[in-house]
Amino acid sequence: MSKSYLPEGMPIPIPMDDGLDTSYWEATRRGELMIQKCADCGTWQWGPEWLCHNCQSLKITWKKVAPEGTIYSWERPWHPVHPALKDHGPYIVVLVELRHAGNVRMIGNLLGDPHQDVIIGSKVEAVFEPHDDADPPYALVQWKVV
Amino acid sequence: MRERTIRGKTAIAGVGETTYYKHGQSPDSELVLVLKAILAACEDAGISPKEIDGFTSYSNDRNEPTRLAAALGIDELRFSNMNWGGGGGGVAAAIGNAAAAVACGYADCVVAFRGLAQGQFRRFGQGAPDPTVSGDAAYMSPYGVLSPLQKYAMRAMRFMHDHKVDHRVLRAISMASYNHAQNNPRAVMYNRPLSAEKYDDSRWIAEPCRLFDCCQENDGAAACIIVSAETAKDMKQPAAYILGAVQGSDHRCGAPVMNASNFASSSFASLAPRLYEMSGMKPQDVDVVQSYENFTIGVMMAVVEHGFCDPDDCNEFFQIDNLVAPNGKMPLNTSGGNLAECYMHGLGLQIEAVRQIRGQSVNQVPDADVAINIAGPMVHHVSSVIMGSEATL
Ligand SMILES: [Zn+2]
Repeated sequence: MSKSYLPEGMPIPIPMDDGLDTSYWEATRRGELMIQKCADCGTWQWGPEWLCHNCQSLKITWKKVAPEGTIYSWERPWHPVHPALKDHGPYIVVLVELRHAGNVRMIGNLLGDPHQDVIIGSKVEAVFEPHDDADPPYALVQWKVV
Repeated sequence: MRERTIRGKTAIAGVGETTYYKHGQSPDSELVLVLKAILAACEDAGISPKEIDGFTSYSNDRNEPTRLAAALGIDELRFSNMNWGGGGGGVAAAIGNAAAAVACGYADCVVAFRGLAQGQFRRFGQGAPDPTVSGDAAYMSPYGVLSPLQKYAMRAMRFMHDHKVDHRVLRAISMASYNHAQNNPRAVMYNRPLSAEKYDDSRWIAEPCRLFDCCQENDGAAACIIVSAETAKDMKQPAAYILGAVQGSDHRCGAPVMNASNFASSSFASLAPRLYEMSGMKPQDVDVVQSYENFTIGVMMAVVEHGFCDPDDCNEFFQIDNLVAPNGKMPLNTSGGNLAECYMHGLGLQIEAVRQIRGQSVNQVPDADVAINIAGPMVHHVSSVIMGSEATL
């Protein structure tokens, strides 16, 4: 059994050239979830930006947050659009609100039976999925219903 | 009505399109398709191609205005404009930008065009095969969120959850397009009707969408000629006057990783009120609706956001009988649209709106004076336009 939810060969995420999201990708390899927070007004922000969308401050910090959330929306792709997904069958993508980070949203797969019923509002927790043999190595943030 | 408005200052005076082909089957190059569509629009308008002095397009169309102007032998190119944003969100904006250029005197005769020969280039709907991804894609592609549908389906899933929308709503939208295409010999799906059973039996592409919820991929080109209202009045065809045109999106619509403030939306919430204010029209004044079907889910939300249906009434409103010309309450996509006529990135729907105003549609709505055209729902930069007959001025 594969240790990753989707087959090997999916695109490998790499940090941005300008270093904006290096903190996030380093943290996922440690099993931690880091999200942007404005040092001036306290606004949580995701995805990463160079300035705060609320007060335009450049003082953006990275905060470790409890990897817990709520399913805000979901989809179940069946038709493969990437060679690695050919003949794989359906999989579930969830959009998760992080309730400890101002309800910013993050995308991941919902672990377990790909045919399961998905209920918006369900509480989920993160499962860090290491890809240590990839070049470069990385970790994804997946979700399971609690 | 606002003081600063485009209302009634310009009109679409000519429309043209090539034969619509299935994806990869065009015998012509994309450039030749565009030129043929422009020539057809000139013929329709009764003008020489040399009268054209401007071009607008969208979605990074590959056919540059200087190349077109040289090929057509245009004496002086005075205006060109590309609307940012992928997908078909810019099609009504291309019309609006052309109208603005004419209204303020940059140019006199502007063509809004789109050419697509996807077989000759990378196709839409296919995940990028790049081995590594960064930026926004790094938070989506590794999880299998790669295609346009996969990027937008969750907006609709949340909308359908919030408003308890039944899947039959999507089926009715798809069937309306296929129904209209059966009277349209230009349609790629002419003689290929869609029954409720055939829809229900079709495979999932990405839940909540089945095969027949998704647009085709096609080759072809289309063009609209925009001139001043005074000029259009005496030309060959009845003019379709542009009454209002809007583009854009609301708060942080393009925020990375699906963090738009108004997520369960087709991106029109703030645009539609501006469109009605500018045009001096209300939803109940609109006789016929052309609403870009990248996917039926986008049509559903766009029709709601343009005020034709309360979000909580979708299940009652989106019934096939309500959506079909000539007698439906809100005739929708009367040429067959992107689903069943041709995926010409929505420009075919603009042309159909013009036909309705002229009384030339194969699915004519009786006495259609006002048509709305809604472009590219769910993408992060969308647009819509209202056009009307001379009676609306
Ligand atoms: Zn701030």
